[in-house]
Amino acid sequence: MVKAINNALDIKLNEDKNIVIYGEDVGVEGGVFRVTEGLQKKYGVERVFDSPLAESAIVGTALGMAVSGLRPIVELQFEGFTFPAFNQILSNVARMQNRSRGKYGVPMVIRFPYGGGVNALEHHSDSPEALFAHIPGLKVVIPSTPHDAKGMMIAAIESNDPVIFMEPKRIYRAIKQEVSDEKFTLPLGKARVVQEGSDVTVVAFGAMIRECQKAIVMAEENGISVELIDLRSIYPIDRETIRDSVRKTGRMIVVAEAHESFSVGSELIAIANEEAFLYLEAPPKRVMGYDTVVPLAQGEKYYIISPDRIFYEIEKSVHF
Amino acid sequence: MTQNDLPAIFCDYNPIEDKMLQVIDNEGNIINKELMPELDDETIIDAYKLMLYERIADEKAVSYQRQGRMYTYTPNLGQEAIHIAAGMNIRKVDWLVPSFREMGTLLAKGVTMKDMFLFYNGNEHGGSFKNANHVLPIAISIGTQFQHATGIGYSVKYRKKDEVVFTFIGDGGTSEGDFSEALNFAGVWKVPVVFTIQNNQYAISVPVKAQTNSVNLAVKSVAFGIPGIKVDGNDFFAMYLAYKTASEYARSGRGAVLVEALTYRLGAHTTSDDPTKYRKKEEEELWGLTDPLIRLKRYIESMGIWNIDEEKLTEEYKQQIDEQFIDAENNKSYPLNDVFQYMYTDMPEELRRQKAEYEQFLSWKEKRK
Repeated sequence: MVKAINNALDIKLNEDKNIVIYGEDVGVEGGVFRVTEGLQKKYGVERVFDSPLAESAIVGTALGMAVSGLRPIVELQFEGFTFPAFNQILSNVARMQNRSRGKYGVPMVIRFPYGGGVNALEHHSDSPEALFAHIPGLKVVIPSTPHDAKGMMIAAIESNDPVIFMEPKRIYRAIKQEVSDEKFTLPLGKARVVQEGSDVTVVAFGAMIRECQKAIVMAEENGISVELIDLRSIYPIDRETIRDSVRKTGRMIVVAEAHESFSVGSELIAIANEEAFLYLEAPPKRVMGYDTVVPLAQGEKYYIISPDRIFYEIEKSVHF
Repeated sequence: MTQNDLPAIFCDYNPIEDKMLQVIDNEGNIINKELMPELDDETIIDAYKLMLYERIADEKAVSYQRQGRMYTYTPNLGQEAIHIAAGMNIRKVDWLVPSFREMGTLLAKGVTMKDMFLFYNGNEHGGSFKNANHVLPIAISIGTQFQHATGIGYSVKYRKKDEVVFTFIGDGGTSEGDFSEALNFAGVWKVPVVFTIQNNQYAISVPVKAQTNSVNLAVKSVAFGIPGIKVDGNDFFAMYLAYKTASEYARSGRGAVLVEALTYRLGAHTTSDDPTKYRKKEEEELWGLTDPLIRLKRYIESMGIWNIDEEKLTEEYKQQIDEQFIDAENNKSYPLNDVFQYMYTDMPEELRRQKAEYEQFLSWKEKRK
């Protein structure tokens, strides 16, 4: 996935002189996860550069660039360090277009790694997608495969609205997939049906797709047919795909790493209720993180969602 | 504030003129005799021993991480003089609001290597530093701790306590808004806080030159109306003098001080970092010549007061540190309750429900075996 995102950035830098990339350590080092590796060398320090260590200024200056003709792509080093920039994102980036009645668009991508399962220190394991998705004016997207990462990144850069591009760090290098070198885009706002099934709908995104696929193997061994949906876009959310699937299966399980309360899972259950209430055969269920801080490595096993836990909930739903 | 209220070193080493406080050179020779702090031989040798202990503990920690017995760790190599000088000036009642690279000062406050190992082994109990008085947990969100220190300073002043707050930040952290905001408040409130910038030249890969256009970092104090000083952070005596002067100043009720300790991170940012990506070996070697341990040792030897069997002491320390590591390694108990128990004073019903649900899953899993 690291390579696929790097390739997407490369294609767009080559194509559009107005694109600049900056953030902490993204230039010389190529990012702590090497997502921007080689790009400074190829496009120069005016277009790919290290910024001082200040997330609020990284995003605030990007707004200035975006309203004056550039298309900045900024990296925030980890999800836990997005919050100094939260004020700029919420108060200005998301609102400028509306505030200026369309005079000033903010074509900007804010990208950062997120998520747990990597035995990290504090502030390096969180999943704050709901915090961003709750802010009107932002698009929030999360890829689960290298192919999707490339197509969604190019679409994000070409979007005239600000896009929060969250990268599941746990699978940065875990999934090998052939990805075309050609330019292609995927529409932001569309979910993907990963696998069709008839008994239960499982909705997930990011690193949880892989865990769900493992759970589905267990379910199939037990004669349960699962439909797996990769949400891909948190906002706008693909209501139609969710509706069609839940109407078909009558059951829904949402799998996500974030804290359960007031989450994307909560939103999906609301959609299931609004769109498929009379089709439901079991209560829709969230299999998500607790309303606690993500524990450090020794305790993370309790927090992280394992395939057998997903299977357990699938089975419970089917036998409800 | 008039110039006359200021201790002499803050006038003599005005950061606007980019002067740096130094007492000994790289060879351990005294270059500023009048600044030599009054320390007896035994105290100086003790300081060396503490620096040696920190260095060995740090090297051990890196090697445990390399062996896969510990998770991500933040090395201290090369910055020991700052930590030990601060540690020798921080009293039990004083506060330590750390960043994440000041091991020797944490140890001085009563944190143990076992705590450190437990923490870097992924257990919050280690990071709680529960047996160390007035020490906050380490701050990973860069720069935020400076504001906490200022707040503690206000509280100390309000409660009329004789306590000083020591806090640390890196060179990169000075770019965060929190840094400037904290110093501004500290200036207005005249709080007893000793702020230290450990300028170790790099914020991960980004050199300090790409961080600021200021002539140095201590000069940032000027705008906030607090005294600042740039000190050779690899010179134990200079750091000792700076901290002694700064903490006395803070205790006297005159307000906060900003100390820039010029040093070099000889190791990696964390064990996940590879410095060969962004800096040259020659540069590391050049800074290696300023190694704080070597400098202090040369001074001690030149005074003819060296009385340590360093090899034997090193072995002793290694053994002690190993014992603490094994102790931490054998203490990997992490009950499910630890995930939930500390979130609220009284656990909300919602968390009880989530915990119970997980326990049901565990018993289902047990039955399937």
